[in-house]
Amino acid sequence: MKSFMLPEFSVQRDYERCISCQVCVNQCTYDVHYYDEEDDQVKSREENCVGCLRCATLCPTKALKIIPNPASFRENDHWTRESIQAVKMQAESGGVILTGMGCDKPQYTYWDRIVLNASQVTNPSIDPLREPMEIRTFLGKKPKELSILAGSGYYSLRTELSPQLRLETPIMFTAISYGAVSFNVHESLARAAMDSGTYFNTGEGGLDKRLYRYGRHAIVQVASGRFGVDPDYLEVGAAVEIKIGQGAKPGIGGHLPGEKVSRDISRTRMIPQGTDALSPAPQHDIYSIEDLSQLIHAIKEATGYAKPVSVKIAAVHNSAAIASGMVRAGADIIALDGIRGSTGAAPKIIRDNVGIPIELALASVDRRLREEGIRNEASVVVAGGIRNSADVVKAIALGADAVYIGTAALIAIGCTVCQKCYTGKCPWGIATTDPWISKRVNPAIASKRLSNLLRAWSLEIKEMMGGMGVNSIESLRGNREMLRGVGLTDRELEILGIRHAGE
Amino acid sequence: MTLLNGSVIPLQNPYGEDKVHEACGLFGVIDTSKERFSAYEPVKAMENMRERGNGLGAGFAVYGLYPEHRDEYALHVMYLDREAKDRAENLIGKYLEVSHAEEIPTDDRVQVVDPPIMWRYFATPKKSLLKDMDGDEYLRETVMRINTAVGGAFVFSSGKDMGVFKGVGYPEDLADYFMLRDYRGYMWLGHTRFPTNTPGWWGGAHPFNILDWSVVHNGELSSYGANRRYLEMFGYKCTMKTDTEVMAYTFDLLARRQKLPLDIVAKILAPPLWMEVDQMPGEERRLYTALRQCYGSLLMNGPFTVIVAHHGEMIGLTDRLKLRPLSAAVKGSRVYMASEEAAIRVLCRDPERIWRPKGGEPVVGRIKALEVVREVAV
Repeated sequence: MKSFMLPEFSVQRDYERCISCQVCVNQCTYDVHYYDEEDDQVKSREENCVGCLRCATLCPTKALKIIPNPASFRENDHWTRESIQAVKMQAESGGVILTGMGCDKPQYTYWDRIVLNASQVTNPSIDPLREPMEIRTFLGKKPKELSILAGSGYYSLRTELSPQLRLETPIMFTAISYGAVSFNVHESLARAAMDSGTYFNTGEGGLDKRLYRYGRHAIVQVASGRFGVDPDYLEVGAAVEIKIGQGAKPGIGGHLPGEKVSRDISRTRMIPQGTDALSPAPQHDIYSIEDLSQLIHAIKEATGYAKPVSVKIAAVHNSAAIASGMVRAGADIIALDGIRGSTGAAPKIIRDNVGIPIELALASVDRRLREEGIRNEASVVVAGGIRNSADVVKAIALGADAVYIGTAALIAIGCTVCQKCYTGKCPWGIATTDPWISKRVNPAIASKRLSNLLRAWSLEIKEMMGGMGVNSIESLRGNREMLRGVGLTDRELEILGIRHAGE
Repeated sequence: MTLLNGSVIPLQNPYGEDKVHEACGLFGVIDTSKERFSAYEPVKAMENMRERGNGLGAGFAVYGLYPEHRDEYALHVMYLDREAKDRAENLIGKYLEVSHAEEIPTDDRVQVVDPPIMWRYFATPKKSLLKDMDGDEYLRETVMRINTAVGGAFVFSSGKDMGVFKGVGYPEDLADYFMLRDYRGYMWLGHTRFPTNTPGWWGGAHPFNILDWSVVHNGELSSYGANRRYLEMFGYKCTMKTDTEVMAYTFDLLARRQKLPLDIVAKILAPPLWMEVDQMPGEERRLYTALRQCYGSLLMNGPFTVIVAHHGEMIGLTDRLKLRPLSAAVKGSRVYMASEEAAIRVLCRDPERIWRPKGGEPVVGRIKALEVVREVAV
């Protein structure tokens, strides 16, 4: 069948600059560039190009420019290039369109319509270069009150707090499974989490034994496929997270194709080499809230009540009620993943249409837990499209204890959000298990880039806090007075629990 | 500008004296032997800090005020109109047994702006409704109900054997208006206000009070939103349009309901820095870490000085960076705290000890055994 699709990108090579060194040929995993011996020229098959910019970044003479194909369909506001291309693709393949990364549509982003406050005159701003600025965060259940014994001239604590995770910055690396990404990426995340005093989430693919030394900074995930779950795995993590859903594909399971299940991954996931790793859509032992409660307590029992248990859900319409149930079921941490949450592979139609924006989910979950007087019973961690430190500050002011970042972390080590993770051929060596390509991520360098990112964001968070006149993150948490909406409707403001700018 | 000896130095500003200087003035005094004394000292101290207010709000709290009604709650209520009074008294009659009610005496010759109708009631909870409930808790709920449900009625004082007098004006004018010279108490708080965030209205003046807890406050809480939303979880409704209210409710929650010692409460409001906690020995570190983990939402951030009193005890505290002033002094059985040393010096020229406490370091005056807590040792 003749394909009616047009190339997405135009590869423009400046032959005045090209020295035919073939770096692009070697770097491209999609066979775009090739050397034509007869013409003694490097040429391109631009229909293969995914726009990852690996070639343009590494070209020593800057001879390459990858630009969106200007000769695209005659699009209009309703029939965009994307929707025309999708129809043609499905007419030719008869299949579900896959994609990677998070929803790329603009209409769901509320962060950009929320602004922050700063102190003027009546309360002074605080200069973080001169005054201490505290962003240490603890995740886990907090009691409503402490019992303190007063002796003569001393006090001692009688209440025993349940286990807590201590974060030196309120940012963690979200669940990214081994298999979806390479070992080197997992190691980079683990090392950066340890160096920065925070945590990485193993995702649902288990934890390679070689990374057990980072266990004190790992949140080990237990998902519907139960990949890699055994007593050692539960024991080695600092916390356990039960994955119910994921923002990129609420209600959908996962599928790691057999060709990605190499020897190491088969060993870590505890499945035969070369077989597909299928994660069912629901957890088949959780069909109700009481089942969730049983699993939470089974995990706590198995780990001697020594670590907090998190439950992660995709943000959906009834998140507030569901979250309340999760807290009552015994979850110490509630992780909410919004519609912009990322993935290695998901049906595009699901990614772009199912779920709700994390800002709205967070605002209503935080409010609901407070109304029920159980906000202290669990920490709230949000994920799904956190792009910068301002998003973090706004999330915390709306009520989050901490955030998970995924896409931002991958961008830090090379990702350009080309959305082709599901092909397994990531030219940046990230979303791949191919040993040859995955060498492109050097854990020593990548972990440094990740630590730098966390450091930079932490500094910016402190700057913004200082501007607001607070020197501890607790004074920001749930402090919606610090937020104002711009261009939002009354209903949106009401759900977010904030006032409009100027009020 | 008035010097201590009464002589006046003319201001140097050739363009007039219209520049207002921002600040609030706080004062507290306790007689640790519980001897009652008149309003003379607190009024004089407040008068000496006239510059720290702008005439838009001031007030006093007096402890040991109504010994003849020692076991009854004294409710001071302000009404915006007669109808509000009728509505509120219906509610009061429904929930409380009132033994005596009267209009709060005032001297109407004193010029004040728009005074509301003010009454006081000596009352106890209705036994039939109280059942097993704690009397204080019952009263707190009743006060919240009146303040939120009636409209135009505000209970601004609700403790036993104590009372708050406050309104719009300078402290010395309000002292005359309320004829405070006729009252005696063993502990006094005073406040003069320079309102910024809320309009100068009678209910918005300090001290803020709930049950026998009273608060005078200088500053603006940048953490207000976080504090308020935490307190709401425990049934507190913030109706007074000011951040000082959260101070009062925080003390009510932590000290009265959860029975935490005042110096621990101080360490919740103004905790030591993590870098200090990390240096502490094991047991102490565990305590301070747990305080922060559990009560981080009640950390009071932003500039503040606060003097908080309840029967038998008074505590002065600043934010941990000390962005607002506080001085303290001891003379005989009296412990003084004030925004300015001058307010103390005008009362006693030769205190045994006078000092400016460090940021976040509480000063506690208690009856009988006077204690000045520098550090909570474990």
